[in-house]
Amino acid sequence: MSSVLYDVPGPVARRRERIGSVIGAVVVLVLVGLAARYAADRGIFAADRWNVLYDPPKGQTAADVWQSMIVRGLGATLRAAVVAAPLALALGLLLALWRTARGRWVRLPAIMLIELFRGLPVLLMMLFGLLGFGWDAFTAVVFGLVVYNMAIIAEILRAGLASLPRGQAEAAYAVGLTRSQTLLTILLPQAVRTMLPSLIAQLVVLLKDSSLGFIVGYPELLKSIQNNAQYFGNETYIALFVVGAGIYLAVNLSLTRLAVWLERRTGRTSAPTPGPTAGTTDAVGSARVGGTFGTGTDR
Amino acid sequence: MDVIPDNLPAYLGGFRTTLSLTVVSGLIALAVGVLLAGLRVSPLTPLRALATTYVEVLRNTPLTLVFFFMAFVAPQFGLLAPLGYWTAVICLSAYTAAFVCEAVRSGINSVGMGQSEAARAIGLTFGQTLGLVVLPQAVRSVIPPLINVLIALAKNTSVAAGFAVVELTASGRRLALSNPADTLWALAGVALFYLLITIPAGLLAGVVERKVAFAR
Repeated sequence: MSSVLYDVPGPVARRRERIGSVIGAVVVLVLVGLAARYAADRGIFAADRWNVLYDPPKGQTAADVWQSMIVRGLGATLRAAVVAAPLALALGLLLALWRTARGRWVRLPAIMLIELFRGLPVLLMMLFGLLGFGWDAFTAVVFGLVVYNMAIIAEILRAGLASLPRGQAEAAYAVGLTRSQTLLTILLPQAVRTMLPSLIAQLVVLLKDSSLGFIVGYPELLKSIQNNAQYFGNETYIALFVVGAGIYLAVNLSLTRLAVWLERRTGRTSAPTPGPTAGTTDAVGSARVGGTFGTGTDR
Repeated sequence: MDVIPDNLPAYLGGFRTTLSLTVVSGLIALAVGVLLAGLRVSPLTPLRALATTYVEVLRNTPLTLVFFFMAFVAPQFGLLAPLGYWTAVICLSAYTAAFVCEAVRSGINSVGMGQSEAARAIGLTFGQTLGLVVLPQAVRSVIPPLINVLIALAKNTSVAAGFAVVELTASGRRLALSNPADTLWALAGVALFYLLITIPAGLLAGVVERKVAFAR
């Protein structure tokens, strides 16, 4: 991909590149080494900072610590995400259908709803639930996640519908299908399929956003790190944080990998033209990068 | 209902903090992100690996976790960042830089292959190809996604509310708690100010995109 920018290197360039790579690697390694020395000087690697993970003090067992982080912490994070994701998908689908309705005035409320929820921070939505409506933390978190993500998912699906060739709808009308039949049996299945990678990427965003529950007082993974660190002493923060960050990375990276795999799979079966597709997937990718708008696909 | 006009100074103070967080972190993130994108397409493997690792880690990490790191974990290293405004700037720009990098990189990849091939054919080096041929063309397809990244940044500044920065969301929460009868209106005021940033920016992104969407 990046090799577009420079020639296949000849012997001189290759030598120069090798020297550059070695220098770069040395610089990176020296930086890592300095950081490690700095950390070691401050006793970061001392056993009493890390023993919470295998032999915690205060009469607790390692199983207690891991259980509080994995079962209760990650469990609560996943519970919020698992409740919110299907709701956001279903409501997003409804909004997308409403958004593509025929009458201009019928469409207007859906547009306003999407623009409103897309333009507000998720945390503010959660505060609306928590303080405005007086719900408990879990409901507030789920409310914030659902309301925001349904707007984004509606936009993703709309972009998917818009990206289909016109011939699909024309052919469906020509064989006598009604408008709703066309939408539900011809257009929507294809739109969902082309947009599946973006939808999964949005689910990663949803899972990431569930960590905002930490701020509104929902006891999720971050809160369990904090609780453990406060119980065992602040010096255990680093060990507990490494575990928590590792859990987030593992879950999110595997979801991202799934999206990439699906992208490749669907790309192979449904888009036989290789040239322009690369550009299209990039556009979808950049829409995902923004995390908010399906703009790249409106071409 | 009166809660919004009555507390206008509090809203405006929060709005100003949110805006300045967005602008300062946005500028830093743009600079760092373009640099990272340059590293990610460079021929030097270690630098490319470094940039890729940074981007992948930050993109798959919740922003709250980044704030959590700076607020609670970094002090254990002896890095005592003053809790508040500058911590928020560091976290927001570190996080947003990863997304800026991805936007710029996909812009670079969107420039036709023939362009860089032609540049190489007339003997331009990697730096010249990137700086004189590819990047100037990439800019036009990069700007709409970049605006969206900055919109996301404006919304993300709300996370700072959980870490001792009194920006828009935090001042809204404060007002909601001190006016229990009017919590919904107090929060609606906050929403209004956010929309003041995000909706015009979104419209701008749409306009730019339509201008830029030439036959490609």
